[in-house]
Amino acid sequence: MNPAFQLFKYLTPESFLAETAFFVLIAGLVRATASRRTMLLSLTLLGGLASIAWIWIHPESINICHGMAVIDPLTRFVKIVIVALSLVACVYAASSNVREHLAEYLALILFSTIGMMLLVSAEDLLMIFIGLEMTSIPLYLLTGYLKRSAASAEAALKYFLFGSVAAAFLLFGLSLIYGVTGSTSLQALAQMPRSTASDPLFLTGVALALAGFGFKVAAAPFHLWAPDVYEGAPTPSAALIASGSKVAGFLILAKFLTLGFAKAGGSAIWSLLQPGWLPLLAVIAAASVIVGNLAALSQSNVKRILAYSAIAQSGYMLLGLLATGNKGLSAVLFYVIVYALTTLGAFGVVGIVEARRGGAQLHHFDGLHRSAPGLALCMGVFMISLAGIPPLAGFFGKFYLFAGALGSVSSLDGSLGLLWVLLIAVAFNAVSLYYYLIVLKHVFVVPAPDAATAVPQPRSAAGFCVGLLAVAILGLGLYPPLLLNPIYSAIHGAARAAAKAASVQP
Amino acid sequence: MPTDFFPTATLLSALLGIVLILLLPPRFGGAAKWIALLSGLTGFGFAVAAFRAYNMAPGAYPMQFRINVAWVESLGISFATGVDGVSLVLLLLTGIIAITGVLFSWNVTQQPRAFFALFLTIIGGVYGVFQSLDLFLLFVFYEIVIIPKYFLISNWGSTNREYGAMKLTIYSVAGSALILLGILGIYVLAPDVTLNLQSLAKFHFPHAFQLWAFPVLFIGFGVLAGLWPFHTWAPTGHVAAPTAVSMLLAGVVMKLGSYGALRVAMTLFPEGLAAWRMPLAILATIGLVYGALVALAQKDLKFVVGYSSINHMGFVLLGLLTLNSLGLTGAVLQMFSHGLIGGLLFAVVGRMLYDRTHTRDISTLGGMGLAKALPFAAFTFTLASAASMGLPGFSGFIAEISILLGAWKAFPVLLVFAMLGVGITVAFTLRALQRSFFPSLAAAAAAAPEAHHDTPLPPITLPERLGAVILMAATVGIGLFPKILIDPILRSFESPQSLMHHLIQGVAQ
Repeated sequence: MNPAFQLFKYLTPESFLAETAFFVLIAGLVRATASRRTMLLSLTLLGGLASIAWIWIHPESINICHGMAVIDPLTRFVKIVIVALSLVACVYAASSNVREHLAEYLALILFSTIGMMLLVSAEDLLMIFIGLEMTSIPLYLLTGYLKRSAASAEAALKYFLFGSVAAAFLLFGLSLIYGVTGSTSLQALAQMPRSTASDPLFLTGVALALAGFGFKVAAAPFHLWAPDVYEGAPTPSAALIASGSKVAGFLILAKFLTLGFAKAGGSAIWSLLQPGWLPLLAVIAAASVIVGNLAALSQSNVKRILAYSAIAQSGYMLLGLLATGNKGLSAVLFYVIVYALTTLGAFGVVGIVEARRGGAQLHHFDGLHRSAPGLALCMGVFMISLAGIPPLAGFFGKFYLFAGALGSVSSLDGSLGLLWVLLIAVAFNAVSLYYYLIVLKHVFVVPAPDAATAVPQPRSAAGFCVGLLAVAILGLGLYPPLLLNPIYSAIHGAARAAAKAASVQP
Repeated sequence: MPTDFFPTATLLSALLGIVLILLLPPRFGGAAKWIALLSGLTGFGFAVAAFRAYNMAPGAYPMQFRINVAWVESLGISFATGVDGVSLVLLLLTGIIAITGVLFSWNVTQQPRAFFALFLTIIGGVYGVFQSLDLFLLFVFYEIVIIPKYFLISNWGSTNREYGAMKLTIYSVAGSALILLGILGIYVLAPDVTLNLQSLAKFHFPHAFQLWAFPVLFIGFGVLAGLWPFHTWAPTGHVAAPTAVSMLLAGVVMKLGSYGALRVAMTLFPEGLAAWRMPLAILATIGLVYGALVALAQKDLKFVVGYSSINHMGFVLLGLLTLNSLGLTGAVLQMFSHGLIGGLLFAVVGRMLYDRTHTRDISTLGGMGLAKALPFAAFTFTLASAASMGLPGFSGFIAEISILLGAWKAFPVLLVFAMLGVGITVAFTLRALQRSFFPSLAAAAAAAPEAHHDTPLPPITLPERLGAVILMAATVGIGLFPKILIDPILRSFESPQSLMHHLIQGVAQ
């Protein structure tokens, strides 16, 4: 079959979302009535669910045009997760302070989601770049959506400038890689000779590309945009940046490094450092964990706390990437999904409080447990899970990540090569509990200033989503195989599909 | 066998209590304490049942009531529980502290549902740690205890509560970070993908690993056991906490630390233990003497009790490190004994005195004629002080004498300092007792002349009497019949099939 037709057939879920976005845009032209928000949201949810259903019932695996779009169990699984996360962001948007042009807002979320879906199915340098840009450009717009807010505009500008510089770095790095190897397909790059892997020009290319990805996942020292964007952007946008975009970013980073550049890893073992992306990644991970956790300590805005916490959490996940191979991938995937669910929930609570009390400073959360005990309890679940305290999913995720990273280089004489990074991660994880507890102190301990601005127990769809997410975090913590088993079968399925494709091709 | 589930049932009774309290409509908040009491009684009942069903036949495998259910199969993590003599004794202690803790918080009216739910969460976590055979599970329960402590202290505490709560939490988490590091190392280096203690105990971990992992784990757990110089959370935390939580902290939570050090660090790393035994024993002795000395200088009665905990836990850690059956048995017995006595002392100071007089200043209390005004409190405190000093007839005596005899063999030099500590313990206990309850007339008159024309203090309530009587009966009972506990404890060390048998088999000096 003609590849172009194949592309149409296998990218149906993406085209569903695109069509939905156009329908939503048209529906947004209807005169504003009370039920318009509900109508727009229902339309979006319908399209999203249709897209998920399509992915669910079409289990074929295919590799179109040497990695331009790869459909296998892994990408299908991650796409379902991403669409689901985006739909929650849409629900938040419908009950947020985005009052004007809601249809355009929802459409932008969908466009960004399409970018993320293309991104995760890409195994080609060019397609990766295009996917990243398709994800980012709607996100810039979503960040600056509050036209009357100076903070929102500033955040968008900052995000855009940082983003374009990072994209330039990434593109330059990719062009160097292409120049040295003569190929843009990750599969072909994996076959390169060992001599290429130690070529300084090639390594420079990989390092520049890492800088570009580092921006995408908000890892230090490429994190400077994150606090301002999280604080200034409308809360649903920040939720999307922190959840769906993060899942896509980490999956593609893992694919990029472990699929294409397994040979150029070098070594991050303290006593035997060798050039490659592993030591670079280890340093970025350690820096993110330190910077994120320390900077979060002195914040007074919950959105900024979540931003710095996001930087630190990126550091933990990069640590998981040090454990190359399927074990590392499953650990990173488990953690990033749990993290996305948790942070989405936390932003949901922030959004509800913000809509009611007009801000997300710590003191806006005072006495939340009195007026909205359910909401307060959910916030407790999210914060404690982020801090990695059992029995919540964040703890198991961290344990799995750390064990994977530590176990990737160990020998029977008891030496643990990556102990130095682990030491930093575990120590600063202990530090992180402080700022999560400060948030919870305002929620549970400090009394509310007056009854007039009490946050009522939410009865909206956003409140329902927050509750659902909290239950999910608790459930995944009590029984991790609920998420672990699908991840395993997706990864093994992808490996089988790749092996099958390799045997078919001469 | 249905008896296999007795230890797990303690856990379930706490969990059930939490669920029932959370389901309680706000109007019936007052019923929370009854549910908590019932849950405590059930838990204690199952602990006693397990104690009675424990097979003491000479050939019986010491680790009994074993349950093993796969949890995260792909990672070798399972819900594995089991109980030996050491765990049994501590389960019993937890049951007693749960019941008396509820009795001494009978007057909590501020958000009773949240208070008792958090209280039972700690109890459940502690029950869990004492019976976990899987390191992952043990760590999960160990960590579950941390967050409720913070909220109990910062919401219902007294003096400087937010500072005390945060300090205690940070120390606990720092200790947990060390433990997590050690467990990760064990997990990665074990030849099989498992965290089951029984399998891990069979492995010989590399010498280089043992040398750093042992102190990391021992100190990580030691933070919670008040190991000097990582003890500073304990006095401030104990003082800031509401009475029931002080009782929990001193009574059982500090024991989590010493239990973990014994069960994990000492069991798995004999070579690391041999290398680090002396420095750690010195730290334990310093803590023992230091705690007593600082207690001698306190003006606040609750701080006296707080520092006495450091002193008593120093005994426990010293006893563990003697590595002979006398010292080890004494250490476990001291955990039990200090749980009761520490709980009792905090109950008197925090509930009986502070809730009535709103002061804990020793000289102010002395001016109130407490021996006449609150005779029951005076009686309880006198008895608890006697037990705390280690007078014969109380549980503290048999525990401390065993530890000292064990230390005689193991650390003859340190024994001198430990004896010094015993002497100072007597001094600070008598000082606190005499100055706050039985001051000389002149001192009393000089201290607080205004105290006499106050309204009379409310009498000691029934729940308080009941709680105090339970704790006193337990400490006297074990003091008179220590054999009940010594036999199962001894078996867990001396049975050749025991995981901890190597601890008493001569030390590689």
